[in-house]
Amino acid sequence: MEALTRIAHASIRVAAELTPAEAKANAAAQMAGLAYGLAAIGPGIGIGMIFGKAIEAMARQPESAGMVRTTMFLGVAFTEALALIGFVAFILLKFA
Amino acid sequence: MFSNQIAVILGESAGRGFSFPPINTILRWKDVVPGINKVVIIAILSAVIGTTLFLVASLKDARKAPKGSRNLAEIIVEFIEKNIIMETMGKSGMGWTPFLLTMFVFIYLCNLPGIIPFIQMPATARMGIPAFMALLVWVVFNATGIKHQGLFGYFKNVLFPPGVPKALYILVTPIELISTLVVRPFSLAVRLFANMLAGHLLLVIFALLTQSLIQAETQKFFLVPIGILPFALLIFLTGFEILVAFLQAYIFTVLTAVYIGGATHPEH
Repeated sequence: MEALTRIAHASIRVAAELTPAEAKANAAAQMAGLAYGLAAIGPGIGIGMIFGKAIEAMARQPESAGMVRTTMFLGVAFTEALALIGFVAFILLKFA
Repeated sequence: MFSNQIAVILGESAGRGFSFPPINTILRWKDVVPGINKVVIIAILSAVIGTTLFLVASLKDARKAPKGSRNLAEIIVEFIEKNIIMETMGKSGMGWTPFLLTMFVFIYLCNLPGIIPFIQMPATARMGIPAFMALLVWVVFNATGIKHQGLFGYFKNVLFPPGVPKALYILVTPIELISTLVVRPFSLAVRLFANMLAGHLLLVIFALLTQSLIQAETQKFFLVPIGILPFALLIFLTGFEILVAFLQAYIFTVLTAVYIGGATHPEH
């Protein structure tokens, strides 16, 4: 929280010396980085759990490996979607 | 403080060094003919190449041992049947092989130019192709559901899934409505698009970093050896992109199969 306030203060201090367009681009770039970073936390944990559990399942029952792998990729696809939407938000904030 | 020093070493203050070009120079290509640019050409080429491969393979004698193009085509068809349809829809879904096969081959061939030198642009890194494919899948799985269960039965199964306590329908129905009819095509399109775009941008960033380090004008003696590191990572990422290209085509096809399978045989 303290780090966030410091970032905000720094951006305000810098913003005073910039033209409005530059200040807006700066804020957009900072928020883009923040947005993608936040969006990556949850899916990162989620994908780790999915792969871990899938490896556990495959180690217990190697004969079910094919089914587990398909289901695992399905789960990864759904979890990853959140991080990717975060990435799209990053692209939109930074470049659009 | 530290980043300032790096900027000085890289000569950024002198207008040289690492800078990321505007996104349009990376993604938007000049039109060759009005309305036809590089991405369109890649998409058309991949459709033509995929079709030609399977047409040529189908002309060969089926009684002899398969080799060459027929061998390749049979491997792909077997992969679709065994690893995608049997795992998601079961034996009754075999009729969907042509549709899923076309989809898989087209997406894979659209993804692959992302790592082919001198082309290096996945056609799916623009929103047009993924969005259209996702809309196609949306139409197909809804139409399949309506065909197999009837208009009323399909929407009853989607909106009021059986086995849920009656009071919970207030909560479940809006969620199911949004997740089936809105989020499914949206996430399908965005997943493919964002994965390919992210890979493309990664390659661009490491290629630019390598270039700006190796062609550095200041502090040459130690910046040039450092430039080997991003180059090594660039090679590694190129290999990784082959995997991603395959994986995204696979995931897109598997999800299509799951949606169609779910619409054909509702949960009881």
